[in-house]
Amino acid sequence: MTGLRHRAWSAAGNRNTVAVVVLLVLALIYPTIVGSLQLVPVIGDFVPKTDSMVVMVVFTTMAIGLNMVVGYAGLLDLGYVAFYAVGAYTAGWFASQQFSQVSIDFGAAGIPDGLPGIHISMWLVLPVAGALTMLAGTAIGIPTLRLRGDYLAIVTLGFGEIVPQVVRNADNVYGFDLTHGTFGITPIDSLGFGAVGAALGLPESFRQSSDRAQWYFWFAVVILLITVFCSVRLRDSRLGRAWIAIREDETAAAAMGVPLMRTKTWAYAIGAFFGGVAGAFYASFKGGAFPADFYFNISVFLLCMVILGGVGSVWGVILGGMLLSYLNVEGLANIGSTIQATGLAFDPTKYQFGIYGSIIVLMMLFRPAGLIPERRHRVEMEEGVHDTPFYDVQREGTLTDRDGSDD
Amino acid sequence: MLPRLRGARVTDLIGLTLLGLLLIWLAVNFVKGPAAFIDISLIGLTNGTIYGVVALGYTLVYGILQLINFAHGDVFALSGLVASTVIVSVLGLDEGSSALVIIGGLAVTLVVIMVGFSLFNASIERVAYRPLRNAPRLAPLITAVGMSFVVENISLALYGVNYRTVPNLISHSDVIHIGGITYSWSKASVLIIVIPLLVVLSWFVRSTKQGKAMRAVAQDTEASAMMGIDVDHTIAVTFLIAGALAGAAGIVYLMQFNMRFDTGFELGLIAFTAAVLGGIGNLSGAVLGALCIGFIQAFNEGLGWFAPGSDWTRSMVFGILILVLVFRPEGILGEQTPEGA
Repeated sequence: MTGLRHRAWSAAGNRNTVAVVVLLVLALIYPTIVGSLQLVPVIGDFVPKTDSMVVMVVFTTMAIGLNMVVGYAGLLDLGYVAFYAVGAYTAGWFASQQFSQVSIDFGAAGIPDGLPGIHISMWLVLPVAGALTMLAGTAIGIPTLRLRGDYLAIVTLGFGEIVPQVVRNADNVYGFDLTHGTFGITPIDSLGFGAVGAALGLPESFRQSSDRAQWYFWFAVVILLITVFCSVRLRDSRLGRAWIAIREDETAAAAMGVPLMRTKTWAYAIGAFFGGVAGAFYASFKGGAFPADFYFNISVFLLCMVILGGVGSVWGVILGGMLLSYLNVEGLANIGSTIQATGLAFDPTKYQFGIYGSIIVLMMLFRPAGLIPERRHRVEMEEGVHDTPFYDVQREGTLTDRDGSDD
Repeated sequence: MLPRLRGARVTDLIGLTLLGLLLIWLAVNFVKGPAAFIDISLIGLTNGTIYGVVALGYTLVYGILQLINFAHGDVFALSGLVASTVIVSVLGLDEGSSALVIIGGLAVTLVVIMVGFSLFNASIERVAYRPLRNAPRLAPLITAVGMSFVVENISLALYGVNYRTVPNLISHSDVIHIGGITYSWSKASVLIIVIPLLVVLSWFVRSTKQGKAMRAVAQDTEASAMMGIDVDHTIAVTFLIAGALAGAAGIVYLMQFNMRFDTGFELGLIAFTAAVLGGIGNLSGAVLGALCIGFIQAFNEGLGWFAPGSDWTRSMVFGILILVLVFRPEGILGEQTPEGA
């Protein structure tokens, strides 16, 4: 039994390695070949630009982070956008001219000497943003994680709504401009190789180089890769197994000695970390952090990626994330122009959240484990779990029987 | 349980301190301007009543299914928008119509919308929630979030992004006018419509067989099924009632404010907060919680002394929600349950 499972695992491991290598090679050459791909008839119109690819990869990274909370630990977080916001604003505080009272330069790329504001190197700001977001996640988690699943959902939703309102209104905290209100913080410094890189012929600052999108894309892929690696390793770790135990049956997990609060808080904090890093990276790519970016819709959008791909399944979430963010960035607009070319006045971008909502509903009804289901999660969905409400007792069968299950 | 008791005392103390500060803030504001304070309270009463009707829809469904029906707020918004069509385009009511025509027209609208949206709400339950009865708990919740967006986009597709409004059918002349305090017929109409509804609802839940079945299912689904109660039917009836309440709330809201496709999202969150504040699953609690939220919102936006203002309303409402869940998860009127914490 053990040997068999081991062999199955290593075979899957080999397949995964091949898939990762193929995808990485594709990512490496994508900026070069995208131009010729777009010339291909019919499908050429639907090939995303490198710019759009950056956004897609960043959102996929956030979805992987959310998957750790929702997929592994089974905590429904409807306010993940708050972590994105904290990450983006951390980038704004430490790498822009926002605090022009001071002038600090610490290894920032492509910044002229004496520019006011704090300018820490964006490479440092990314982990700092992650760490601060992790703190925020812990602070939110500690009072709320003892609540039951659906209460937790609504409280996280509350935080997701409070954070944007705070950043929108905190432009005059006793006379101190913390977030620059509705205008947001802009410009945020670019990533770059700095003076050292410039000496080697690499761009000093991505934003000022002619290959901005390409460099951002490659580093977005690097961050995604790190996130996926951490996510997979965490899942198989002691902590990750504790998360899955909690997801499957909280009472049983507690009885087996899993410390509920601590384990859940870790899930929340680690999920937040990656949201923060991705948020800071995206802020640097966009060159700004604006309160209008942080709506409840984004939280649902990320949740939709996780559900479409397969709750708990890393490959699934990558697929779901890339697919939906493609639709969001370019796809729906492209499809819309194709539809409008036939003379129909229908604009799918206007109804994008209706479309995502329908995807959520349809997936939950017909394929609840997602496009690429995680094995264990599919079993849970098909057979029900211990906290299943036993409503169907009046139909024939035992309490846990579910229609269509054939055991 | 014993070791938790001490912890509970500390949180109780913090909770009571916060409550005390709130009362001091209200008292100081009252002393500074009694007339304005009462005026603002009346606004709070009106808004709170509307929130209460929506909150009842959340609490009814939660009581029976333990499901936060996110789509409820959007059903409310859609009902208000459809009501605006019925009032303006179908019935053609305007400010010049005679009082009898207006009252009759509104009554017709009320009946049409309440019936229509109770059926709409029940069909949402039939299509989206019933197949998931046995799925893990989060499945119907996630579906409800999706459904909320679907309904919101139905409103968007039908009514576009512009705000809809109806003419001032009910005059703004005053019912009472004492000193600086005024109370208009238009505000009173909210109470005139809502109170009979609440009485009927209360009678239905307390005194009819179906209401008894609802209470039984809410208390213990399994046991009531064994006693021969048709659980699916009872849940469907609950959704019918919730839909009818959403429809009534939509009309009442439309008479006071203007609405558009996303009104339901924010108002739904406020109403849900109200339901939690009062003790979710508890009908009187939902109304009480909604009145509290209505007052707090009105005080926050209207009072002069240390009031954060309307920029912060959403944060205030959610702040309250979080504080309630942290300090008293069972709500004001809820019973202490082990699941609450």
